[in-house]
Amino acid sequence: MPISLDGALGIHQPALEARIKRAEVLANNLANADTPNYKARDIDFGAMMQQAQQNLDGLAMEKTHDRHLDTGAMAADSELLYRVPHQPSVDGNTVDAQQEQSRFMRNAMEYQVSFQFLNGKVTGLKKAISGQ
Amino acid sequence: MSLGNIFDIAGSGMTAQSLRLNTTASNIANAETASSSIDQTYRARKPVFAAIQQSMLNPQQQGMALANDQGPGTGVRVEGIVESDAELQMRFQPDHPAANEDGYVFYPNVNVVEEMADMMSSSRSFQMNVDIMNSAKSMMQRILTLGQQ
Repeated sequence: MPISLDGALGIHQPALEARIKRAEVLANNLANADTPNYKARDIDFGAMMQQAQQNLDGLAMEKTHDRHLDTGAMAADSELLYRVPHQPSVDGNTVDAQQEQSRFMRNAMEYQVSFQFLNGKVTGLKKAISGQ
Repeated sequence: MSLGNIFDIAGSGMTAQSLRLNTTASNIANAETASSSIDQTYRARKPVFAAIQQSMLNPQQQGMALANDQGPGTGVRVEGIVESDAELQMRFQPDHPAANEDGYVFYPNVNVVEEMADMMSSSRSFQMNVDIMNSAKSMMQRILTLGQQ
């Protein structure tokens, strides 16, 4: 039975992807920190991970036609939510720059954690292949 | 690769903020530019920002993105520059070379204090975008070391 590379790397690869996606959303919030009527957004990371876990467990729908939509990716996209503002602003913008920046930094650190795990998996596989 | 998108997003933020800084510089430089008629007097200029939605950049995914409005967005753009319609300052200076027949000159409606605050805000926002770009760079550099000893 061949080893599936996706299975061997476990949850860490989707976790890293989710971190990158969240970094993108937070960077967009910060770029729009001065845009009138812009509403800050964020990703529900827990829900995204749950989805990834279900995909790993084989609950995702199979694609038998090239025009079928990827149900896993769709569900992950729909976890993009709006943030509840702490205080109202005159121009209708709900970005709190300091909070967004701290979230971005924290996300970057958690990205490093995911990366370390993934790197450990890859190193382990390499060791197993070379047989040392 | 979506890490590349962060460079575009932070880059668009930096472009927008530097344009805002440009208008501020222009307003402050022209704060004392007098003229003899209302039409020719300099008016304070302000950029108008708007968020870029993914559907604008990605025409082939437009139907999808419009259907559920779930795109994370891809940065900020400057929609245009508007001139302030606040009242101009009219000063009685009969010995000014640009004075009209009644002895008045018109000064721009630039509020220098407001412009200074705007300048601080935009330079901070610019720095923030630079920080984001640096973080994205180090994240990308890390992923390049995947599997190395």
